[in-house]
Amino acid sequence: MIQVRNLHKSYRVHSARKGVAGAFRDLFSRQSYEVNAVQDISFHIPRGEIVGYIGENGAGKSTTIKMLTGILTPSCGEIICNGMNPHMQREAYVKTIGVVFGQRSQLWWDIAVQESFRLLKKVYQVDDRTYQHHMDLILSTLDLSELLDKPVRKLSLGQRMRAELAAALLHNPAILFLDEPTIGLDVLVKMKIREFLKEINQTYQTTILLTTHDISDIEALCERVIMLDGGNIIYDGNLSELRRKYVTKKQISFEFTKPTDIQTLSSQTEHLNLKWKAGENMHQWIGILPISIREKASISEVMTAVSKQNEIVDLQVRELALEEIIRKIYEKGAVHG
Amino acid sequence: MDKYFVMIRMRFLTMLAYRMEYYTGIIIYSINIGAYYFLWKAIYGSQGEIGNVDFVQMTTYVAIGWMARSFYYNNIDREIAADIQEGKVAIELIRPYDYVLMKTAQAFGEGVFRFFCFAVPGFIIVSLLFPVHLPSDPFLWVSFFVSIFFSFLIFTQINLAVGLTTFFFYNNRGFMRAKRILLDLLSGLLIPIYLFPAWVQSIFTFLPFQSISYVPSMIFSGGFTTELVYLSIGKQLLWSVILIVPIMLLWKTAKKIVVVQGG
Ligand SMILES: Nc1ncnc2c1ncn2[C@@H]1O[C@H](COP(=O)(O)OP(=O)(O)OP(=O)(O)O)[C@@H](O)[C@H]1O
Ligand SMILES: [Mg+2]
Repeated sequence: MIQVRNLHKSYRVHSARKGVAGAFRDLFSRQSYEVNAVQDISFHIPRGEIVGYIGENGAGKSTTIKMLTGILTPSCGEIICNGMNPHMQREAYVKTIGVVFGQRSQLWWDIAVQESFRLLKKVYQVDDRTYQHHMDLILSTLDLSELLDKPVRKLSLGQRMRAELAAALLHNPAILFLDEPTIGLDVLVKMKIREFLKEINQTYQTTILLTTHDISDIEALCERVIMLDGGNIIYDGNLSELRRKYVTKKQISFEFTKPTDIQTLSSQTEHLNLKWKAGENMHQWIGILPISIREKASISEVMTAVSKQNEIVDLQVRELALEEIIRKIYEKGAVHG
Repeated sequence: MDKYFVMIRMRFLTMLAYRMEYYTGIIIYSINIGAYYFLWKAIYGSQGEIGNVDFVQMTTYVAIGWMARSFYYNNIDREIAADIQEGKVAIELIRPYDYVLMKTAQAFGEGVFRFFCFAVPGFIIVSLLFPVHLPSDPFLWVSFFVSIFFSFLIFTQINLAVGLTTFFFYNNRGFMRAKRILLDLLSGLLIPIYLFPAWVQSIFTFLPFQSISYVPSMIFSGGFTTELVYLSIGKQLLWSVILIVPIMLLWKTAKKIVVVQGG
């Protein structure tokens, strides 16, 4: 469905010299240098998959999306989506895709949402029956019916984003590209959008590629993530595998009725492979337990050992959250192992 | 084809929604015509004719020139520049249509609006205020309408070409402003071409600009012989075909180097 091979994109940036004399010299010879936004990436996405495309600011996510949607010409490399070359066969190709740029509206500012839809229906040459059937589903799932006769400029961000999604899916595209679709939205709208994307994906087998900085979007939607750093892919694979690789410890936080210290605790759990760390005060202590496949029962052992000699007020078991994993990877700049 | 027609209608409706702005436009145009009326009146003074043209013909020429302008004029060069500078061109490129044709369709929607809501009422007002002479020959009426259609095409094509250069020179506001003033001058809107020195006139015959304003104004004010009417409209047709070439070249190159701002 989406096939990318050795894709590369560099931007030429002109740098301005300082001052009046500099500006004058710029008239005759401009200094310029190249920014490699996307270095050399390859991936394949089969039909019906939802893939999260993540990376730090400036990693090259939007640049990739712009190439995949036929807006930018790649400097090097090959893209085949829906059997077409996005840039060379732009007009035919864009009929088969839907795009949402979270930062940019594709609706007409001054006219009612409904008019925008009608216009797009004509532009994409969707026939009445398909439109009716398909749009009924979209409008009810996105809860848009009441907004239809409002002009776009009077919609709130969340309302507009829902309308944008409907507009992008109006012609029932085979691939949907979303560049930060949940930026600036509240939790409820985010949830609604996620539900909707899942439903569309299940009903129509729509392939979805989305970029986001909200890891919970990825957790809710994607089985697969492609992680980008400085224009290179540093991870491409299952989310669960990423987790398995990085989650090597569990944290068990205790709060005791009486203050205690690290020596006491350590001696109480001597037979266990447990490290103690101080919490916020002398009542709170955190035990860090390495997870290994051989020692599955260790949490209950810790509990038994600790509760035998201390009265526990509160207890919490926590894994490294995906967000922390990803932050770690960004910091290191690579996935090892 | 359908999608372009929808866009013409769309633009017409949007313009209609903002029509109040255009009513003030009519007044500004009338003031312009008035200013040129008094200017020419002073120039004519006691002379009956200048270059075989009497004062009423001159007034008609000026009034027609401005009214035709209200039809063919549009700002799509600035719209294209804004699309590029604000990165909106990304949205245009994910739509299954040709950007340049779509801009032309929008300009035409605007032209139709301007014709009915601007040029026609404006002309009625102007002909009440100033001694404008309307031709009685239906041939002149028909050829006038044909020729302002071409005025629109040529003007729009020049705008498209200038707008598209934004892809290459990111900030070309000055260029666009210069174009606007030059067009008013070279098209014969401000001064009829026949008043220019002969050598300038002979240069102008090789340029597309006089096809925009001079031709329709001369046709309607009765300054052209029948033969010249045919010849001029033929030239307009020729120019509107020739101008397709640079636009296509510009657009083809632009698509290759397009960089979308923001992200
Ligand atoms: N029009 C441009 N001209 C020059 N450089 C650009 C341009 N657009 C992007 N870049 C550069 O290319 C790199 C990748 O940018 P891109 O917009 O793809 O990042 P991104 O991953 O989408 O980041 P973000 O998460 O901030 O949206 C950045 O270093 C950026 O500065
Ligand atoms: Mg981005």
